Amino acid sequence: MHSKNAKKPKLLWLQGITCNGNTHSFLNLSSLDILLDKFELLHIPAFATQYTLEEIVECNLDCDVLIFEGTYDPLMRRADVALEKILLYYAKSASHIIAAGSCASFGGMFKAVAPERNSGILFDEEEKLGPLKEDEKKVINLSGCPIHPEWLAYILQMIVNNMNILLDELHRPLELYSPLAHHGCTRNEYFEWKVDAKSFGTKEGCLFYEQGCRAPMTHASCNKILWNEVSSKTRIGTPCFGCTEPDFPRKNLFKTKTNMSIPQDVPLGVPKRSYLTLAGIAKTFHIKRLEGKLIDYKTTP
Amino acid sequence: MARVTKEEKKQGIISAALKLFSEKGFYITTIPDIADKVGMSVGNFYNYFKSKDILAKELVLYISEYLGSQIREINERDITTEQKIYEIVSMYFSVAEKKPEMIEYFLRVYLSNREVFGDGCEGMICVSPFVTEMMMFFNDGVESGDLHDQDFFSAFGLFMGYLGGMVFLFGEKILPEPLDNYKDDIAQNIYNALKKR
Repeated sequence: MHSKNAKKPKLLWLQGITCNGNTHSFLNLSSLDILLDKFELLHIPAFATQYTLEEIVECNLDCDVLIFEGTYDPLMRRADVALEKILLYYAKSASHIIAAGSCASFGGMFKAVAPERNSGILFDEEEKLGPLKEDEKKVINLSGCPIHPEWLAYILQMIVNNMNILLDELHRPLELYSPLAHHGCTRNEYFEWKVDAKSFGTKEGCLFYEQGCRAPMTHASCNKILWNEVSSKTRIGTPCFGCTEPDFPRKNLFKTKTNMSIPQDVPLGVPKRSYLTLAGIAKTFHIKRLEGKLIDYKTTP
Repeated sequence: MARVTKEEKKQGIISAALKLFSEKGFYITTIPDIADKVGMSVGNFYNYFKSKDILAKELVLYISEYLGSQIREINERDITTEQKIYEIVSMYFSVAEKKPEMIEYFLRVYLSNREVFGDGCEGMICVSPFVTEMMMFFNDGVESGDLHDQDFFSAFGLFMGYLGGMVFLFGEKILPEPLDNYKDDIAQNIYNALKKR
């Protein structure tokens, strides 16, 4: 037995209203053991850790890294202690507070239960109305429904290595959230030539025109850092739902909102007029290779 | 006397060619006719446009950009969709009366001689500035809750087909009244057909 725990940062994982999706996602990390070995684990639900929840809510320990999963509900109690008290107590000693997933980041799915009351730990959608306003500098939002395990590992590694984590205005790490989900999408050629996917689950076609894909407006690197190292929503023919953005969950996730066939939202930072000009011209051309199944296309006559 | 710049000479060719093409037709009009009208040699004409086909395509783009910029100015005004329809109808009829060659060229040359415009001017390529502005108009109309959400071309065809038809009747001297006299009713008809149900 080695006793290096004294030098390791102390990690505590708390939960608000959650489906445990972020915990489950994190369990898929292939390097989980190596990563967790760098921390002293005070308490993580679903893991065998040093303290039980009952011991944690007594609020007489301290932690270095606090991970919070789930929507914050000010009326919620954990092990018969107010969640607010537990969260505020551990936030004080933590040097870094990670909101794991979209619920903890912006309110997410479980904000819908009580939209006026529930929120993320710092943000309520785009506004800083959550309980951790005083400790806001410590809060790192790792939005996503669920959290991408590699992103959480990436940030935990940065913390262990004492690196400076630059954040965007919604407190998401720029390294992970400055790209769009569109970047690295294998359907980009179909987007360029405005060829839409005829249905879900196909390899061909772009999901932006009919199927509701939000990738060109969504800050996320899930088409660069793949899920389970192999795939992403768009790669298997499902639209991006924009799950890393504060307005998630939106309605009609499988349908593009259009006004007279014109997409209501166009790629981030692109003026609609410019987009329509380019789209109209691109649609003029019919590229045979992009119209059928890729495997059916013959390169020789 | 001020020197005429190259750009001004190019504009002169565009105006002369628009008039000749729309009056005499695309095939009958020759490059010497156009050069003669602007008072330049045929050789010099080729410094501006390499062929009659290239000039023909430039003219479509020129008209499309002109109409597009007029509609954009209307789109950007802080007025209701109903008022925008009236302004677009007024603008279109005013162009048809004051610069009839623009609309005539579009209807009688561009739409009637597709073989000339097939290569490099097909689909949206030469008419994009105009169609894009109409897309913006329809998009804003639906977004503001004024217009009924439907397929773009169903609405576009109703709007522009109607205006094109009226200008065609005007050009054929079939309309008993000046175009201006029809704009109130036409704008109202278009709005009634497209408004939110």
